[in-house]
Amino acid sequence: MKKVSFSKLKKIYENSLKIRILEETISREYKKNKMRCPTHLSIGQEIVAASVGILSKKEDYFISYHRSHAHYLSKGGDIIKFIHELHGLSTGCSKGIGGSMHLIDLKKNFYGSTAVVSSSIPIGVGLALSKQLSKEAGVVFIFIGDASIEEGVFFEALNFVILKNLPVIFVCENNSFSVYTHLSKRQPRGRKIYKLVESFGIKSFFANQSETIKMINTINKVISFSKFSKKPAFIEIKNFRYLEHCGPNYDDNLNYRNNREISFWTKNDAVFILEKYLVKLDKTFNHKEFKDSFIKFVNRIFRKIYMNNKPNKINLKNFVYKKA
Amino acid sequence: MIKFKDSINLALDHSLRSNNRLICFGLGVNDPSRFFETTKKLLEKYGENRVFETPTSENAMTGIGIGLAINNYPCVMMHQRLDFFLLAMDQLVNNAAKWHFMYGGKKSVPITIRLIIGKGWGQGPTHSQSLQSWFAHIPGLKVVMPSLPSNAYSLLIQSIKDPNPVIFIEHRWLHEISEKKINKKKIKIGDCQLLSKGKDLTVITYSLSTIEIMNLKKIINKSGINFDHIDLLSIKPIDYKSIKKSLLKTKNLLILDSISNPICSVGSEIISLISRDKDIKLKNTPSMLTLPDISTPTSFYYTKNYYISKKDIIREIMRLTNKQIKIIIDRDLHDVPNPKFKGPF
Repeated sequence: MKKVSFSKLKKIYENSLKIRILEETISREYKKNKMRCPTHLSIGQEIVAASVGILSKKEDYFISYHRSHAHYLSKGGDIIKFIHELHGLSTGCSKGIGGSMHLIDLKKNFYGSTAVVSSSIPIGVGLALSKQLSKEAGVVFIFIGDASIEEGVFFEALNFVILKNLPVIFVCENNSFSVYTHLSKRQPRGRKIYKLVESFGIKSFFANQSETIKMINTINKVISFSKFSKKPAFIEIKNFRYLEHCGPNYDDNLNYRNNREISFWTKNDAVFILEKYLVKLDKTFNHKEFKDSFIKFVNRIFRKIYMNNKPNKINLKNFVYKKA
Repeated sequence: MIKFKDSINLALDHSLRSNNRLICFGLGVNDPSRFFETTKKLLEKYGENRVFETPTSENAMTGIGIGLAINNYPCVMMHQRLDFFLLAMDQLVNNAAKWHFMYGGKKSVPITIRLIIGKGWGQGPTHSQSLQSWFAHIPGLKVVMPSLPSNAYSLLIQSIKDPNPVIFIEHRWLHEISEKKINKKKIKIGDCQLLSKGKDLTVITYSLSTIEIMNLKKIINKSGINFDHIDLLSIKPIDYKSIKKSLLKTKNLLILDSISNPICSVGSEIISLISRDKDIKLKNTPSMLTLPDISTPTSFYYTKNYYISKKDIIREIMRLTNKQIKIIIDRDLHDVPNPKFKGPF
């Protein structure tokens, strides 16, 4: 299997850096009480989305769940419309109706994210069936978490994907927590999610985000497998979120997470690991300019909103039904 | 003569023919009985890509239908009993009903969901629920309940063409109801039908209750009672304008909500609407006949007094109009739609 090239790795790095800068800005600015909606930040988990975003093709679709900022952004989702959405403005990607948990950018084939755990899985499967029926190129990436495995609809959908051999890649980000509840309280000890899923008859992979380069290569392997075998695939990636389940703060003062685990993951931050790796490969690698200009760009978006934060009036009634 | 079940079949056939992206699926669609004969010959005509059997996965299959629908493949999904569709409430309520709204109008969900309600022959607690008012409660859904072959034909075609999710509910006892021929005149979703006119009373029905009152019409008219018969056809949107027009004339109301339990029912919604309307002044307090607030029992003996009988209807109309109707002796068995029916479902 060919390793992911330097230029691709660089793009993945930039993609994840963008997401981190945006998420950290949201975390900071959230306290101004202008973003008044439940917000699940992706800090710590950016690299998975960033890698899939770069290694997948434009014609591939993404569909996601409540913690979807990284997935939306990694697919190239419009940044200005995204920030406007969080601020409840009619210029947002969902006109301010959906908020942080309901993002969409059809131009970029980001088909939507929604809040109820596992609810978007079968919709992704339906999109894959529509691709198969119209013989359209590409696959559907369905992002899920470890708790999705506890919902019946996941297995219903998985069964159908295998039955019809649909162009689907499940990306399961296992951060060990469903809100505050650890995996050990929710699933039997010793279970390996990817092994369980594999036993249904789908090719399954595993990667650990702390082995960042290996993980990126595994994601690449999954994508090549799907492309060449024309079969669905599943990948479980072990990772960790830095902030609270929902909201802008750290919440480790609540002591629901093991200190060893917290320090392991912060010491093995994937964005820094990738950065170090790139510097090792190319001494001249420098992202400062990129970083500074992106921070400026983001700050400008927030500033503009604060200067003029009144949404245009829309008539909500017009959105309940589409006119026949 | 054309039966209700054949009109459904014709409407599906017409829709599949006129839109080559339309997909039909559900458990039993291609089975030997062809979904109570409503899907016969569709597989042969349109192939398995467009008319297919599914795993017994109501929730995922609804979501898969939504995924197809938002990517330009409108769908008809079907369930032989409504009760099984309850497994799919997450997909229906959280996704189908809200997709157009929550992404600011980006995509709508053109999906039609056919649900069959059972009655009699011991269908019991989990094969006979009619939950139209549940669905009507959700913004973003439309709820259609035809009563006769012609309106079933037209409304199914309109439901499939509609860019929004439509819950299309068929009562199992309607499948054998026939008309001389199908009137293909277009009926808009949201329009009721006025099936007879009279000044003494307004009788509002839908689905099976339309047939129940039609079967009694002769006897009632013979006794000198004439009534406006409104067949709702669409529960949501509801044709309140026509209801109001009739009530301004008759000032007397019977809602035959006889397949439904009473709490938060279609009937109670209509009564709520008229009681808040200052133009409407009724002679009597509005009346509504429903099932009791009890789940359907299975036993032949227990269901005898559970369903609304012809006698119950006649008695209520006599009370509301203060006129006598020659009481009929009802020899029909209460738990079958016709003497030939031997179930099992």
